[in-house]
Amino acid sequence: MKTMKISRFWIFFITVLIVYGIGEFLIATGRIDSFYENLMITIAINIILAVSLHLVIGITGQLSIGHAGFFAIGAYFAAIFTMNMGLPFPVALILAGIVSAIAGFIVGMPSLRLRGDYLAIATLGFAEIIRIIFLNWEYVGGASGMTVTKMTTWQYSFIFLLITIIVIANFTNSRHGRACISIREDEIAADSMGINTTYYKVLAFVIGSLFAGIAGGLYSHNFYFLQPVNFGVLKSFDILIYVVLGGLGSMSGAIISATLLTLVSTYFQNFPEIRMVLYSLVLIIIMLYRPQGLMGSKEITDLFRRKKSVKGGPHYENIGT
Amino acid sequence: MEWIQQLVNGISLGSIYALIALGYTMVYGIIKLLNFAHGEVFMIGAFTGFYGITFLNLSFIPALILAMVVCSILGMLIERVAYRRLRRSTRIAALITAIGVSLFIQYVMIYFRGATPEAYPDIVPRQNIEFLGIKFNSQALFILLITIILMILLQYIVHRTKMGKAMRAVSLDMDAARLMGINVDNTISATFAIGSALAGAAGVIFGMYYTSIDPLMGLLPGIKAFVAAVLGGIGIIPGAMVGGFILGIVETGVSALGYSNWRDAAAFIILILILIFRPSGIFGKNTREKV
Repeated sequence: MKTMKISRFWIFFITVLIVYGIGEFLIATGRIDSFYENLMITIAINIILAVSLHLVIGITGQLSIGHAGFFAIGAYFAAIFTMNMGLPFPVALILAGIVSAIAGFIVGMPSLRLRGDYLAIATLGFAEIIRIIFLNWEYVGGASGMTVTKMTTWQYSFIFLLITIIVIANFTNSRHGRACISIREDEIAADSMGINTTYYKVLAFVIGSLFAGIAGGLYSHNFYFLQPVNFGVLKSFDILIYVVLGGLGSMSGAIISATLLTLVSTYFQNFPEIRMVLYSLVLIIIMLYRPQGLMGSKEITDLFRRKKSVKGGPHYENIGT
Repeated sequence: MEWIQQLVNGISLGSIYALIALGYTMVYGIIKLLNFAHGEVFMIGAFTGFYGITFLNLSFIPALILAMVVCSILGMLIERVAYRRLRRSTRIAALITAIGVSLFIQYVMIYFRGATPEAYPDIVPRQNIEFLGIKFNSQALFILLITIILMILLQYIVHRTKMGKAMRAVSLDMDAARLMGINVDNTISATFAIGSALAGAAGVIFGMYYTSIDPLMGLLPGIKAFVAAVLGGIGIIPGAMVGGFILGIVETGVSALGYSNWRDAAAFIILILILIFRPSGIFGKNTREKV
C-alpha cells in the first residue's frame, strides 16, 4: 500500500502544479484580463469557504448556517491589520484567521451544545450579531464601510487555498477526523465509545472559522471597499449551498459546486434577479430529486479507485439531526 | 408616562411578531420543519393588501381578508410543491429547500416589480387618543385589537374544531394519527393554510403601521418571529404569542433607551441566551434524551 500512497501524493502534487502553472501562465502572459483574474480569485475564496464549512457540516455533522459571520470577522480584522496597523498582508491574513478562530471558539463553546435546527438558528443569530457589531463600530467605518487597498493576488489566493485543502483533507483522514465522522454518524454512540464529542465539535468549528477568516481577509483585499451589507444572511446561505449542492461529506463535491456556482453567478452578474430565481430553482429541484447533492458522499478520487473492499459503506443521513 | 406609550408601541410590534411566530410554531410543531419561506408569505401578504387597497379600492378589513386568503393558498401551494416530498428526508434537505423557496419568492417578486419600496396607503386614521393623561396611538390599539381577535379565532380552531383536534393529534404522533384514520396530508395543508393566513394578516398590519414595504422585508421579521417562537417554546401556540409580545417590548425598549442601532442584535442575543439556558423555551417542557 505504501507505493499506492506515494503515487497518490504525486498525482495530487502534479495536479496542483498544473493548475497553478495554467493560472500563472495565463496571467503573466496577459492572456486574460483583470476581470478573469478576479474571477479566479473569487473562485479560490469561495472554495476556501466551502471547504471550511464542509468540515463543520459535512464531516462533523453540525448544521451551522452562520459561516458568513466568521468570514466577516476575517475580512474586517485583516483590513484593520493591514490598513490601520501596517502589517504585511500574509501576516495579516494569518492573524485574521486566528482572530476568527477565537471567535469560532467563543461562539462554538455554548452553541455546540445545541443540535439540529436549534444549532442552525443559533449560528445564524451569532452571524447577525457579528454583522451588527461591525455595522455599529465606528472604527471600521460603520455602515458606510472602509476602504481597503487591493493586495490579494492569484498567487496568495492559490497558496491559501492549497493550505486549506491540505489541512482539511489531512484532518479528515486523521484520527481526529474519524472522531468527527463518528459524531456525525451517531453522537451518542461516539460519546459512549469514549470520544470527547464537545472537544471535537468545537475543534472542527474552530478550524472551520480559521479558514473562513482567511477567506475573509482575501476577500476584503480583493475589493476596494468593505461594507457590513456583504456579510448578511444571504452570504451564509451561499456558502451553505456550495456545501450541500456538492454533496454532504464530499470535499471534492464542495470544491466543484463552489467553482460551478461562482462561474454561474458571475455569468448572470448583469441580471441579478434572473440569477437568483434560477439559483433558488436549482436548489429546490436538487433537494427534491437528489437530496444527497451532486457527489453524494463520494470524493472525485473514488472514481479512479478500484472496487472497495469495505462492506456496508458509509451512510450520511444523520446530518443535522 | 412615556414608558406606557413605549409599552403600547412594543406590544403592537410584538403582535406582528406573534402573528408570524404562530405560523412558524404550528408548522414546526407538526412536521418539524423550519419554514424559512414563512417570512416571504408575510411579504406577499403585505403586497396583496397593498394592491387590494390601491387597485381594488378595498378598505382595511376586506384587504386584510384578501391577504389572508391569498396567503393561505400560497402556503398550501408551497407545502404541496416543495415540502410534501421531503417529509421523510433529512433535516438539512428540508432546511435547504425552505431557504430555496424563500429566495425564489423574494426574487420572483423583485423580477416582476423591482426592488423599490412601496408606500403603504394611510387607510386607518392615525390619531392620538388621550386617556388618563396618556396618549395612545390609535393604530397601535387597532393592531392589538385585530391580533387578539385573530388569536382567539386560532385558539377556537385548534381547541374546539375537528380540524384542530386532528392537527394536535398529528403533531403529537403522525403515524398513530394516520392509523386512527386522520388524513395527515390534509391536516398538514390546513396547518400551512392557517399559519400562512396569520402571516398574511401580519403583513397587512405591518404595512399599515410602518407605511413602507419592499420585497426583501420578510427576511428579518421572519427570523425574529422564529426567535419569538423559540422564546415561547417551539410548537406551543400560547408560547409563540407570549414570545412575540416579549420580543416586541424588548426591541422597543432598546430603541427607546437610545440604542436603536442595536435593536436587531437584541433579538438575537435573546435567542442565544434562551437557547443556552432554556432551549425548550418559556412554556416548553424539558424532554429527556433517549437512546
